[in-house]
Amino acid sequence: MTTNNRDQADLFGDLLPINETHLRALRDRLAVDADSAGVLDVAYRTIDTPVGTLLLAATALGLIRVAFDSEGLDAVLGVLAADVSPRILNAPKRLDGAARELDEYFAGQRHTFDLPLDLSLSKGFRRAVLGYLPDIGYGLTASYGAVAAAIGNPKAVRAVGTACATNPLPVVVPCHRVIRADGQVGAYRGGPQAKRVLLSLEAAA
Amino acid sequence: MTDKQPFEGVVAEHAGTVLRVCRAVLGPADADDAWSETFLSALKAYPRLPVDANVEAWLVTIAHRKAIDVTRRSARGAVPVAEVPNRPMAGGADDRDLDLTRSLAALPGKQRYAVVYHYLAGLPYGDVAAVIGGSAEAARRAAADGIANLRKTHPGDTARKGASR
Repeated sequence: MTTNNRDQADLFGDLLPINETHLRALRDRLAVDADSAGVLDVAYRTIDTPVGTLLLAATALGLIRVAFDSEGLDAVLGVLAADVSPRILNAPKRLDGAARELDEYFAGQRHTFDLPLDLSLSKGFRRAVLGYLPDIGYGLTASYGAVAAAIGNPKAVRAVGTACATNPLPVVVPCHRVIRADGQVGAYRGGPQAKRVLLSLEAAA
Repeated sequence: MTDKQPFEGVVAEHAGTVLRVCRAVLGPADADDAWSETFLSALKAYPRLPVDANVEAWLVTIAHRKAIDVTRRSARGAVPVAEVPNRPMAGGADDRDLDLTRSLAALPGKQRYAVVYHYLAGLPYGDVAAVIGGSAEAARRAAADGIANLRKTHPGDTARKGASR
């Protein structure tokens, strides 16, 4: 039976070959159709930046995740599938605005982001911290303690650190502007080097 | 990980096989639309698919329903089902592909589906039966009859067997 199977499989063998360009076009069309049909829960794309490749993901509400290469594309998409929805496609169009604003930011031409955000991955205190972070202006920094005090919970220094470390929207929600009281840059989701790159970019502008 | 993978991964893994299945059962003219409709329907239903489901069999089931729809639409439009348009196949196919799709199109529906789902998509007869109806044994017989008929109408390829790989 197995031998027979292999013989018959050769009936198709190299016939009906798939042209990769053609398949790519069909997949692109699927992404567009899925979005118009309202069944694309999470659209994503990647962009190249001075801090490496960034993954951008958006729901219909807005940008829900910015991830660094070091976090692992598959791992990040896997978590989005579990926490948001598995209806995820590589569909760049929904991320056009975010990609453009990030390009402008990394070129030093943009100081604030004007994008719809979906903060549903962040809850409670962490979300309150994220809500405060844009108040730290471009080119400025604040200590973890100062942020804790600013949101009315001066003892929650560690919790502010956790909120920054788990920020689902790094770069766009500027947790990189929160540094240690002694002036060290401190931890960062994209690694301390990425944090230094962002801080010197903003200092230079 | 027991969680469901992102749908993009499903597309990456199965896009090619599903397109070949659509071409084999429908011919090149309708294959692209059937592929698109299949994956759009699959995306809609994906959250409800059990985590341990056989994704390929599920996709073939959806593609089969789309193929039946397309065949019915074509029949209503008075286009002979068994005729494959004589033009180059999208994606650069050659004459042998046209010969094969023509021979497949000439098979009775059940034989064509059984041959394609078993030999091209690689589904076991139990799964083929679940897609086209009837028993696994009936699916096996339909596939065997289909192969026998293809040997008659498509001698070039059966002679080629083994030579190309």
